[in-house]
Parts: sequence; structure tokens; C-alpha cells
Amino acid sequence: MLEPFEYGFFVRGFIVAGLVGILCGLVGVYVVLRRMSYIGHGLSHAMIGGAVVSYVMAFNFYAGASIWGFLSALLINTIVRHRRAIGTDAAIGVITTAGFALGVAIISRYRTFTRNFEAALLGNLMGVAPQDVWAVTAMTLTALAIIILTYRRMLFLTFDPEVAAYYGVPTAWLDSLFALLLAGTLVVSMQLIGVTMLVGALVIPAVTARLLTDSFGRLLVLSGAIGTFNGLCGTYLSYFLDVSSGANVVLVGTVLFVLAYLWSGLRGRLGRLWGIEAH
Amino acid sequence: MLHPQPHPFVDEQPLIELRGATCGYGGHPAVEDVSLKIWPGEFVGILGPSGAGKTTVLRAILGGVKVYRGQVLIEGKPLGQRRMPIGYVPQLETVDWNFPITVEEVVLLGLASNKAWPWATRRERQRVYEMLERLGIAHLAQRHIRALSGGQQQRVFLARALVANPRLILLDEPTSGVDIKTRDDILHLLHQLNHQGATIMLTTHEINAVAAHLPRVVCINRTVIADGPPAQVFTPEILGRTYGARMVVIHHGGLVLVAERPHAGYEEHLVLQGEYDAGAV
Ligand SMILES: Nc1ncnc2c1ncn2[C@@H]1O[C@H](COP(=O)(O)OP(=O)(O)OP(=O)(O)O)[C@@H](O)[C@H]1O
Ligand SMILES: [Mg+2]
Repeated sequence: MLEPFEYGFFVRGFIVAGLVGILCGLVGVYVVLRRMSYIGHGLSHAMIGGAVVSYVMAFNFYAGASIWGFLSALLINTIVRHRRAIGTDAAIGVITTAGFALGVAIISRYRTFTRNFEAALLGNLMGVAPQDVWAVTAMTLTALAIIILTYRRMLFLTFDPEVAAYYGVPTAWLDSLFALLLAGTLVVSMQLIGVTMLVGALVIPAVTARLLTDSFGRLLVLSGAIGTFNGLCGTYLSYFLDVSSGANVVLVGTVLFVLAYLWSGLRGRLGRLWGIEAH
Repeated sequence: MLHPQPHPFVDEQPLIELRGATCGYGGHPAVEDVSLKIWPGEFVGILGPSGAGKTTVLRAILGGVKVYRGQVLIEGKPLGQRRMPIGYVPQLETVDWNFPITVEEVVLLGLASNKAWPWATRRERQRVYEMLERLGIAHLAQRHIRALSGGQQQRVFLARALVANPRLILLDEPTSGVDIKTRDDILHLLHQLNHQGATIMLTTHEINAVAAHLPRVVCINRTVIADGPPAQVFTPEILGRTYGARMVVIHHGGLVLVAERPHAGYEEHLVLQGEYDAGAV
């Protein structure tokens, strides 16, 4: 049972999985409640372009992918603002697939790093390098600090953006801060989870927790815990099953989601049967 | 039960002043050339049909819409310099009822939303419970906002607006979708707050049940049609211009009663009745 922990690469991957789990679980709550899953999905794909370009140009991966993601978000915003006929979802579709396609094109042209590419797509435990541990740790601590220090304002903004502005919440500033938080989360989670699985790791803990509570505070804590569990459990199993870590994390999350779904239905029914209100 | 005569404290400077304000959305004006002065201590109702721009006027005061022409001043200063907190109760239709948030969490939002400290202090929590107690919904503090009746939902958002003790309270249709008892409770509470010095502005569709009990009514339909006490404002001519429909106004004792003029046939009869009663006052 403890055999995988004898390998340095596994321990590294395991630590990263726990941190990525907390990070995705917490940030995912805001992504779901702000209905930004599609933009998260798109951005993670677009970042492949940035990752590949920075690889080819021997540029720092994190910087390359983050800048690329940030520019993609800006471009989407510009298109939507200046060509109103194009909806946000369509603009996301164009910009992010273009970035993804560019990455794919460069990869098929060079063909030298298909292995890495597969890792970036599907996530790979072996792809986690020592510096990734530091990057994920730094990002998780930053995210925790932001979430704690802006807790009330971010909740107000997420629940009721119009009224939040009237009560003096700096909405534009917090929106940008959150966009950066999301981009950073996607970048540091990419290696382990893979871009195609990222949105699942981000969204599943939040929606699972949503089935179990109606309070925002409890939702945030629960989602972070579920994310951590999915990350650790998925990574651990991927060692034995020889399945990509990203797919495993998402599959564990899905099982938990189904259980929560069944439980919430059962609880509602039992509650009605006994005349107790379900909360 | 309602207090028809509050005591406006007349200052030299209005709390809110709109000077020929034209405001709207995306370049299209929704209200034009609105001029309005609200003095400290007043209790004002904004009346008008759907789409008249009632919400837009409240948003203009809160800084939530573009002001294309004219000016909006709070305590004599332009909107950008507002430091005074305003309690605001949005129209309930704008709330996301599926959002995971409890009654207590909603009311806490009204307190110190600028504070970095994420957890409520004991004093803040106590303040929230006092407010919920006062509104008779303390036992619902841990409920989800969807698991409440319309009247209870209205009180939750009222509590959020009141919890920070603002001097100015704006309410967008606080009495729509609630039963008669809740409506009277809410109006009673607002009159109480008004007597304690709060300035209150609300919008409403209800002429007889709400607007007629307020000391001052502003009729709006894309611009200000009339402004004054109900007895002066409620004339068939003004209400006709406000609603684009013909209305019958009946004065009875000190009360004003407005009825929509029904379909032809009854018309002659009602006009006579209306004029008879009006003459009798
Ligand atoms: N967010 C918005 N974007 C664009 N137009 C808007 C927006 N909100 C309101 N409008 C338009 O502005 C006008 C005035 O709307 P407003 O909401 O102020 O009316 P109202 O008097 O509050 O109506 P109701 O009684 O239905 O609430 C309407 O024509 C409406 O279509
Ligand atoms: Mg309105």
C-alpha cells in the first residue's frame, strides 16, 4: 500500500495533487457560481499554445502559459466589446481554440516532444518536476490569502454584483484579481491534471459540495476538502491502475458526485417522509 | 396604524438632488430631464407603470447608471465622492435564489463589506440577530434564502439594507409579492425608521395601499410628471398622464382612492360616482 511513496517522483506528484486539489476546489466554487466554467475550459486549452511556444523558444513555461492565458482573456473581452454581434461564448470558442490549434500545429511540426504533449493534454504524474512543487505551493498560498482577505467582498460580488458596487465593493478590481487567480490556478494545475481534464477538476468539487450544503461558507470549506480528496485519491490510484492522473482525479470526483447526488435525493425523500425540512 | 405625518427636518441642503438628469443604458436614455430634491428626513414614494424608469431613478442615485446629461448630487457633492452609506433593497426578481447562501450570510453582507477580516465579529453577529429579531425572522437565520416565503425573503433583504444603520434607505418595490399583513408590517417599520430620522425612498405600483399613505409622491413616466402630497398629485389628469390609462379618483373623508376606469359601459356610472364623492368632500 505504501510502496509508491518510496519513489521521489510519486511523493512529489502526491503533494502537488493535494495542493492542486485544494486550489481547484476553492477557486472552482467561484467559477461555478459566476458561471465561468466555459471560460475556464477555453482558457486551459488556449494555454497549450502558450506552453508549446515557450517550450520551443526555451522560455519559462509558467510565464509563457500565464501571459498567453491572460492575453487570450483580454482578446475575448476586446472582441465582445467592439463587435457586439458576437456573443461571449462564441468569442471564447474562437480565441481559445485558435491558441490550442497553434500549439497542436507546432507540436506536429516538431514531433520531438509528443510525450510531454500527451502529459499536458491528459495530465501525468511523471511530468511533475521539483520546481512545479514550489510553483503550486506558492500559488495555493496566494489563493488562500486572496480568498481569506477578500472573503466578504468576493462573496458580495459573486452573489449580487450590482448591489455590491453600491455598497462600495471595488468590483472591477476584484474581477481582475479573480481572472488572475483563475489563470494562475489553471497554469499550475496543467501538468498534473492536463488541459482536457482541468475544468472537471475545477468544477466537480464545487458542484458536489453544492449538493450537500446551502451555506456559502460551508460550501467553500467542503469544496476544498473534496478537491483535496479527489486529487490525492486519484493520484494514488493512478499509480496502481496505470491511468493518467488527470483522468483519475476526474473519475474519483465523478464517483463522489454521483454519491452526493443520490444522497441528496434520498435525504430529501426521507425528510418529506418524516416531515423534517431538508436544508 | 400608519403615521401619515412625519416630520421632515428642513436643512439648507437636500440630501439628494437630481438636476435635469438624463440616464439610461448603453446610450439609450431610460429617463429624461429628471429634477428632484429629497430633503433629510423625508419619506418619498415613486409611482409609475412598469418600464417607467422607477428602478433607473434609484440606480441614478446609487451611481448604477450612466448620467448622459444633467447632474446627480448627494449631500451637494457629485456621485463619485459619495461617502455616505445607502441602504438598498433591490427588486426581488433580480436576486439569484439558487445561490448557496443562508439568511444570516446575506444580512452580514450589509455590514462592513470593506473589511478584510473574513469572519464576522461577535458584535457584528449580534447586530445581525438584533435586526432579524426586529423583523421577526431570527428563527430563520440558518435557512437557505429559497426556503422562505415571499414576505420573509423581502425582510431578509430589508435586514441587509438596514443592518448598517444607514441614514438613507432606497427600496425597490418592497411591497410587491407579499400579503397584506406583511405589507403593512413593512410600511409600519419604514415609518418608524423615518420617525427616527432615516430618509426613505421607495418605488411602488400600489397607489391606494402604499402611495396614498406617504407624505410625498413622485409620479414618473420617463420623466417627472408630478411631485407632491397624494391629495394634490392624485388627479385623473396626472394619473392619466402617468399610466397612459384613464383613472377615477375618489375623495372620501381625508382619504384618496384611485380606481382604474373599467371598460366602456360602466364608465358613465363611475364618473358620476367619482364626481359626486369628490364634490361631497
Ligand atoms: N439593465 C438594463 N439594460 C438596458 N435597458 C434597461 C436595463 N434596465 C432597464 N432598462 C430599460 O430602462 C427602462 C426603464 O426601466 P426600469 O427598470 O427603470 O423601469 P421600472 O419603472 O423600474 O419598471 P418595473 O416596474 O417593471 O420594475 C425600460 O425601458 C427598460 O427596458
Ligand atoms: Mg423596477
